[in-house]
Amino acid sequence: MNTPAAAARGTASGTAPAAAYAYVALVAALLVGFPYIASSYQTILLSYGLVMAIAALAVNLLLGYTGLLSFGHSVYFGAAAYGAAFVVKYLHVVSMEAFLAGGLLSGLVIAAVFGFICVRYTKIFFSILTLALSQVGWSLALKLFWVTGGTDGIRVPTPVLLGGVFGAPDDKVVFLAHRYYYYVLAVFTVCAVLMWRIVQSPFGKSLQAIRDNEVRAESIGIRVRRARWFAFVLSGMFTGIAGVLWAPLNGLATPDVLYWPFSGELVFMTVMGGFHSFSGPIIGAVAFNYLKSYAVGRTEYWQLLLGVVFVVLVLVLPDGIMGAWTRLHRRTRREG
Amino acid sequence: MSTLIVQSLNALLNTAFLFLIAGGLSLVYGVMRIVNLAHGNLYMLGAFAMVGMAGLAAPAVPAAALIALLPVAALVVALVGAAIEPALLRPLYARAEEYQLLMTFGLLLILEDVTKLVWGPTPLSASTLWSAFGTLTILGSDYPTYNLLVIAIGLMTAALLWAFVYRTRFGVMLRATSQNRRMAQALGINVQSVYVLAFAIGCLMAGLAGAVIVPIQGAVLGMGVDALVLAFVVVVIGGLGSLEGALAGAFIVAVVRTLAITFFPELELAVLYLIAALVLVTRPAGLFSRS
Amino acid sequence: MPLLAVEGLRKSFGDHRAVDGVDFSIEAQRLISLVGSNGAGKTTLVNLITGFLQPDEGRIVFDGQDVTRLPVYGRIKAGIARSFQLVNLFDALSVLDNVRLAIFSRDNKINQVMRLAERDRAAEAEAREVIGEFGLADKWSVAASGLAQGERKLLDVAVAYALRPKLILLDEPTSGVGTREKSFIMDRVEAVVRSGGLSAVIVEHDMDIVFKYSDRIVMMHEGRVLAEGTPQEIVRDERVAAMLGRREGERGE
Repeated sequence: MNTPAAAARGTASGTAPAAAYAYVALVAALLVGFPYIASSYQTILLSYGLVMAIAALAVNLLLGYTGLLSFGHSVYFGAAAYGAAFVVKYLHVVSMEAFLAGGLLSGLVIAAVFGFICVRYTKIFFSILTLALSQVGWSLALKLFWVTGGTDGIRVPTPVLLGGVFGAPDDKVVFLAHRYYYYVLAVFTVCAVLMWRIVQSPFGKSLQAIRDNEVRAESIGIRVRRARWFAFVLSGMFTGIAGVLWAPLNGLATPDVLYWPFSGELVFMTVMGGFHSFSGPIIGAVAFNYLKSYAVGRTEYWQLLLGVVFVVLVLVLPDGIMGAWTRLHRRTRREG
Repeated sequence: MSTLIVQSLNALLNTAFLFLIAGGLSLVYGVMRIVNLAHGNLYMLGAFAMVGMAGLAAPAVPAAALIALLPVAALVVALVGAAIEPALLRPLYARAEEYQLLMTFGLLLILEDVTKLVWGPTPLSASTLWSAFGTLTILGSDYPTYNLLVIAIGLMTAALLWAFVYRTRFGVMLRATSQNRRMAQALGINVQSVYVLAFAIGCLMAGLAGAVIVPIQGAVLGMGVDALVLAFVVVVIGGLGSLEGALAGAFIVAVVRTLAITFFPELELAVLYLIAALVLVTRPAGLFSRS
Repeated sequence: MPLLAVEGLRKSFGDHRAVDGVDFSIEAQRLISLVGSNGAGKTTLVNLITGFLQPDEGRIVFDGQDVTRLPVYGRIKAGIARSFQLVNLFDALSVLDNVRLAIFSRDNKINQVMRLAERDRAAEAEAREVIGEFGLADKWSVAASGLAQGERKLLDVAVAYALRPKLILLDEPTSGVGTREKSFIMDRVEAVVRSGGLSAVIVEHDMDIVFKYSDRIVMMHEGRVLAEGTPQEIVRDERVAAMLGRREGERGE
């Protein structure tokens, strides 16, 4: 696993390495060439998908790898988005890198505090606790309107990338569909590689051990609570990065992205793509984004469509898209 | 002085309402160990069912008589619940707990749009029912009679439920199943029917909460999602699975809300969520739980 | 100085006194069997020594250090490891990964976030060595859930052994397997005790095994130590004879 794109994809079990590399190279080429073959609208849509993919990977760090289902990730996403907006509004800085630093920091701090409280519990209590704590963030954003703009939100203007090294952008749409897309792609790749390395590390293995058998993990000397907390903080940090990337795309930081159903959407993406694999959440996020855009565009009852998809998914395809793909793959190769 | 009486009565009103909605959630968890994220939208379904039926019946009957529709709306939601449990929840009992959260989240989305499909996207009101009852003078203050009726309904439901769970044969089966499902099965209890019924009762309470609140504040899309987190706060404070806890939790939350709205409205919600988090951290079983 | 000294240990669950004043000590490089009828307190004692339970009263001194208040990971650092009565493994991970994880934990590599676990040659080599010592070399890539019961028992011991403890506590390491496998497992355990310089405390019901492999036997009854000594001493002990007599009648598994 040398190239970042290859690392980001992971291998489906049983695939010959050469085929896997070819497959990944194809996807990488597609991603890099996308703005030239698709419309601006499509490219911006994919940008959204990649941003959500970072958040979904972060959610899965906790869900798939540590066995903790968080229904409160909206707070890390939203707080970072608002952080970017605050940096513009109060510090008058529009550097994207400043946004990212702020987002990373906010994700780290909030996740450290919330995580310290939450990792003492598992399963249902953990999930409800994450939900309740994230709602604190939402209610503050909603009510302290003189700071946060309330339901109107705060504007996030076009940021300056890499200190303006490529010159000032002229048209906003062109900017978003081109330069900003590549920026997002780059950050996504870096985040995906980092998270891949984390789950492949001894620490990542210990998380899976804790997920599978907490008592056994403890009995070989793993400090369970500390490992969970660490995973929680990492997850919050990456989700914060996603929130920062999202803000300029949306142009606005609003309370919706702190509201708990958005946490549900992040979980939806992760589960739909398949939370038992590394690349599942990426596929789920991109697919969910397209599905939602399609649904919203076609019918006002898009929540019904998404809800039915989700219910069917849970009943019939609990391993998500990647799970079904792997099973299909195994059957056609007739593995021994 | 008059505001004190009005505020106290408001707190009681909120207690009744919160008990109805949180009690159902707690009951379902207590018996089936299921946390129903769609519970809030079942409450919303009750609200819209009530307002829809009231709208249809209004030309034919005097406004006050519409109150008879309250149990009908609750029943509608109970029937929906009785259909949901065997079809969508039963297949998940063998699986990890997290799947029920996922499934009920999907249900939440479905119910949100089904409600929009049936009753339209605009908020609906049944305030004629509310105003038809006029006001009563309590200790020198005027207070809407309908609100007092709601308080009475809440108390009555609490009493009926208590009697049902602790005095009837079915209640015994309910408690046995909630304590030890396998043993209950071994004793010949039909756990499947206990589950359906428990879920239906939980939905009945949610539907009743919605029906009862609609003359006061109307029915609007999204009210379910808002109410759910509040119900969680109540149930977390009082203890998941405990009816007395739901009542006590409802009272505490109602009082905090009433105080907060008067003194620091911006932090009202934040304070509640923090209290919930605090309780989860110090006494995860809730303040009043039995275990 | 003994490796492990347990003094006045008491643990109650409500009214039930599971461990009711236990004193004994263990020297280094010994194989000790902990025997007694069901409910005698053996597993509770193991839980107390390994840190999964906190005693109501008493002290546990290990290798000169008072470990009574140490949490589980502290005791593992001190050199105490265990297996479980109901085999407790990472079912989704391979045999190699199960053992390798113990090695990572032991070497404090659990905090490494950016290294690739697969690339740690030293850890992998050591894991393979341990697997080999327990006769599981050809099953290294099989998921733990795919092993036979006897192999799972061996893996359970191997994982504890990989922590390179000074004292290993095995809770019924031969239960649920056939006679030949029992000998295989116990031969391995004895081998690592003799060559690895560690002590083992084994909770065991099979008296043949107990008498064949133990240096010393500790017999518990109703939360207390009834008798303690070499197999020869135990056999001559009258109280034990009464217990064993009862057991003879029960045996026939």
